[in-house]
Amino acid sequence: MSWDWQVFFQDTGGGQTYFNWMMSAWGWTLLVSACSLVVALVVGSLMGVLRTTPVKAFVWIGNAWTELFRNIPLLVQIFLWYHVIPSMFKSLQQVPDFIAVVVALGFFTSARIAEQVKAGILALPRGQRYAGLAVGLTLPQTYRYVLLPMAFRIVIPPLTSESMNIVKNSSVAFAVSISELTFFAMQAQEETSRGVEIYLAVTFLYFISAFAVNRVAAFIEKRVRVPGMIGSAK
Amino acid sequence: MKFLPKTGFVLLAALFAMTAHGQQLTGTLKKIKDSGSITLGTRESSGALAYTLGDGKYVGFHTEMAEKIASDIQKQLGISQLAVKFQPVTSQNRIPLVQNGTVDLECGSTTNNAARQKDVAFAVTTYVEEVRILTKANSGITGIAGLNGKTVATTTGTTSVQTLRKNRRASGMDFKEVFGKDHADSFLLLESGRADAFVMDGQILAGLASKAKNPADFKIVGEVLSVEPLACMMRKDDPAFQKAVDDSIKAMIKSGQLAKMYDKWFMQPIPPANTKVGLPLSDATKQAWANPNSKPMEEYAIP
Repeated sequence: MSWDWQVFFQDTGGGQTYFNWMMSAWGWTLLVSACSLVVALVVGSLMGVLRTTPVKAFVWIGNAWTELFRNIPLLVQIFLWYHVIPSMFKSLQQVPDFIAVVVALGFFTSARIAEQVKAGILALPRGQRYAGLAVGLTLPQTYRYVLLPMAFRIVIPPLTSESMNIVKNSSVAFAVSISELTFFAMQAQEETSRGVEIYLAVTFLYFISAFAVNRVAAFIEKRVRVPGMIGSAK
Repeated sequence: MKFLPKTGFVLLAALFAMTAHGQQLTGTLKKIKDSGSITLGTRESSGALAYTLGDGKYVGFHTEMAEKIASDIQKQLGISQLAVKFQPVTSQNRIPLVQNGTVDLECGSTTNNAARQKDVAFAVTTYVEEVRILTKANSGITGIAGLNGKTVATTTGTTSVQTLRKNRRASGMDFKEVFGKDHADSFLLLESGRADAFVMDGQILAGLASKAKNPADFKIVGEVLSVEPLACMMRKDDPAFQKAVDDSIKAMIKSGQLAKMYDKWFMQPIPPANTKVGLPLSDATKQAWANPNSKPMEEYAIP
């Protein structure tokens, strides 16, 4: 096996080198991941909270959402958003591919985050909720000032895993023509016949992306730690 | 013989030494004789060139040709039994599998190019692929110039993507590319109207269109965008095996057997759906058969 790292400085035929292309592909991976993470955190937290409210209808909506999106494989969901739904509603055909991926990946992950947020809230003693209501806070205020600040601290570790997963899961975006790292790897190895070098470089970029997310989450966890409170043990 | 230079004698001597050496087998031929088996690399979906019917059955133009090569090698080695095994390969793993000995001879849809010649050896070219444009019959697109401002589909992990990129740069046109994850997916992009054209190997386009709900809705238009010689691939530096493979192919060309195989797979109804690909033998392939060679893609002039 001989190495040929010069391959990254070859011209792709489109006026840039494979290295430039890989960097832009990395950018797409990070952009898809970041946008999907925002969608997943917002929707997932909302659904997680709904599942713990005393209102039956809200619980039903939250449960239905979670079960729907976590029981369908991610790649199938991507195709649903990209091929099936636009063919049912013609007006959606103009939606860019990027949005389809962000929605699919965001909703898929939101189901998992909803489960974790629910677990975080249920981990708190029931007395906390009653205490909040007893001192005259409304239900939304009880969530905002009493339950969620503690619940989120508890679930930082599983949320970290989900955020790292989203970076890795973003590789399915290749299936709908987003020019991200996996797409780059499949394409460039075919064009250059130097698959091992290309895949090694891409593996490294995935690793440092996911690991950077891990470090940021660890930093956040440390900063928001409240001494003496649940989730601060260390 | 006065004009024969000294080096000529040396080469000639070397040649005799090699054939003499060939009697005590080495390399792949020895491996085949000792193990009584040969492993052929094949593809699961490379149009009519090589594909699977499921259940471990592999068929296609190049697959049938590979089986014939295996039986010719069996005759050459004078062994009564030869087990022919098939190993499906992908674009990603085909070169490593040939290099590490898992596959002895890969006949699928591998382009012979200069970069790959550093890692593996190629038999003589048996099919010359032409990259073409498939579009809907009513799209009004008649050639590459018609793609300006349109959306063009192609398949991830194929050299057509590069061809398209080079064409765009050369022509200064502006078109949007979308990529299907496999050929069926790219065809769906065209069929559903997400793309206006699908740029890919001619025989794959013809095959997909022939299996569509209404084949008359699609047509291959315009100029040939790129030419790629396809050939069987084997380990490097194994001249005896390479000669055995090349001799077998040349004999098939000479006897007209290869032309018959071409007719069977490209002009007649083929399994599983009994549809016709309907792609007559191209001039480029005819030329390759008339003068068997293993020139890499770079030596073919792009029209």
